[in-house]
Amino acid sequence: MRDMSPWPVPLDGTMGEPRERGRFGEYGGRYAPESLVEACREVDEAFREAWVDPGFRGALARLLAVHAGRPTPLTPAGRLSEALGVRLYLKREDLTHTGSHKINNVLGQALLATRMGRRRLIAETGAGQHGVATATAAALLGLEATVFMGERDIERQALNVFRMRMLGAEVVPVTTGSRTLKDATSEAMRHWVGATGDSHYCIGSVVGPDPYPWMVREFQRIIGDEARGQCAAELRTGVPDYVVACVGGGSNAAGTFAGFADTPARLVGVEAEGGAGAARGRLGVLHGCRSLFLQDDDGQITEAHSIAAGLDYPGVGPEHAHLRDLGRARYVTVTDDEAAGAAVRLARTEGIVPALESAHALAWVIRAAGDGDLPSGSTVLMTLSGRGDKDVSTLKELL
Amino acid sequence: MTNPTLAAGAGAVERHLRSRRDTGRGLLMPYVTGGITPGWTDYLRAFAAAGADAIELGLPFSDPTLDGVTIQQASETALARGASTRRILADLSGMPDLGVPLVVSTYYNLVLHDGPEAFCAALRRAGVGGLIVPDLPVNEADELTDVAAAAGIELVLLASPATPQPRLAEIACRSRGFVYAVSLMGTTGERAALAASAAELTERIRRVTDRPVLLGFGVSTPDQAREARRHADGVVVGAAVMRRVLDGAGPDDLRAFLASLRQALDQECDRAR
Repeated sequence: MRDMSPWPVPLDGTMGEPRERGRFGEYGGRYAPESLVEACREVDEAFREAWVDPGFRGALARLLAVHAGRPTPLTPAGRLSEALGVRLYLKREDLTHTGSHKINNVLGQALLATRMGRRRLIAETGAGQHGVATATAAALLGLEATVFMGERDIERQALNVFRMRMLGAEVVPVTTGSRTLKDATSEAMRHWVGATGDSHYCIGSVVGPDPYPWMVREFQRIIGDEARGQCAAELRTGVPDYVVACVGGGSNAAGTFAGFADTPARLVGVEAEGGAGAARGRLGVLHGCRSLFLQDDDGQITEAHSIAAGLDYPGVGPEHAHLRDLGRARYVTVTDDEAAGAAVRLARTEGIVPALESAHALAWVIRAAGDGDLPSGSTVLMTLSGRGDKDVSTLKELL
Repeated sequence: MTNPTLAAGAGAVERHLRSRRDTGRGLLMPYVTGGITPGWTDYLRAFAAAGADAIELGLPFSDPTLDGVTIQQASETALARGASTRRILADLSGMPDLGVPLVVSTYYNLVLHDGPEAFCAALRRAGVGGLIVPDLPVNEADELTDVAAAAGIELVLLASPATPQPRLAEIACRSRGFVYAVSLMGTTGERAALAASAAELTERIRRVTDRPVLLGFGVSTPDQAREARRHADGVVVGAAVMRRVLDGAGPDDLRAFLASLRQALDQECDRAR
């Protein structure tokens, strides 16, 4: 990535509305069972109406302000910047209520569910962050919440399971397949088939059947929009040279990139070595959308493995696959060890304990600044998608 | 409603099902997960001998999002045994003609993995006549319809109780072989009773086509098959078969179970006349 020439900014890569039939290039679409197609159409119709309705936008903006604590600050990482020889700015999603960017999407979808007359939210969760956010939004708006979570994740994330239950949500253990996020997502979809009348499926990332990848990105674009304004005020150049975010399904990255896709900023998505859908996946269809997925030679989806449960998904959102094909964004990977090291370094230089997911983005910045992929003096905006409290016990075993 | 032009243009699976239906016979399509046991093709022979009119052959996928626990377990079991599209189709190629059409069902990822053309060609070479892809709704089917037709594979589309009427007409029109009526808003799996939505959906499909209509999802007992036959041309029985297979039932045991379904359908047919 030493090429210093500007990256292409194709018109098709500016992250506007998807093309017809929910397409981002050749990716996306609505590969849902027939029983869910009508429900997806209803969500699409409701979202399109709501998103141009000042009343809805106003209500959401208020919830994001008074409940979630937005806007989040842009923090210059002074000591780390000096050590790395770049100017690093952190978009602080870790400071939102519930501790990660997940709340942005969930408040949007919960408000939409209310508008559609739905009484219950269905969600899948891996580490539990999206589940906690969903349980929180449900409690706030007087909805019920049913959260599907793999049995293995339930064991690994007992604290978040308790948080969800305390917030009044029902947590349903998923005992099939690999008993992790992929299977929890399948089970949530199965459950939705039988509950479309009164329930909204609140997908936690930019995956799933159309309109979810687009809708979730729009609910998350507040990260990028805020950061764009903050960079304009803070940076002499107005726009950072690099915009970096971690990618599991890719919702915080999509939201961040959306604020900069029409600028010359270079967009970098950082995946876990063991869950690199964008970097190493191949074309497929899973959970309602056409995108890139980790698969074996027979076309079976393989399990992802990452120290960060939020990156433990064997695919990537369809818009990321498209941005990759266009060259508008680049996708790189870092190892578990690099991520853990980055988390500790941020803690000790800036006094911030990041989520292990976010630490992946930072690990790339550290590596790239070290080997010259990030030219000295570059300005870098990195989304710090969540706080690391949930990962302390994992880190404790490693350090 | 009879439409001779439609029947004339129909493929082999549809012609076969129509001709059996037109004799007044209730159609029976049992399901088996390919590769579930070492000698799994014996189930196909047993099904045919027990009076099946077509057989649905599932190619197991790692993430069967529209299947309930039974088919999930069957898929996991088959995959753990090393089942794959290639091996299952290879097992078929050594078989004598079953006398009834084989209809493969699987998820779209496996079709895309080989590419629709290569996938359909492989099915054809293995003697498969039809294809069901539950996560490929009609709005996404363009990529596969012509390719399947060119390979001589009849692409069966599914209709659900949630499908609005104009869309139902499109599904009925573009489906080949038969129309797969999903009896309820849920996943595959045995149920205590046939869903109330089954009758209404079948009635709505009949309004727009005279293609055979098979009712599936939750048809698990002879009584339910009998009741389903009052509305539809026949039934698909999957989870009730696979639960028995998972519990260790061999081809002969399954033959007895299918014979009971066959008998129920025949009785209902006599009664109707």
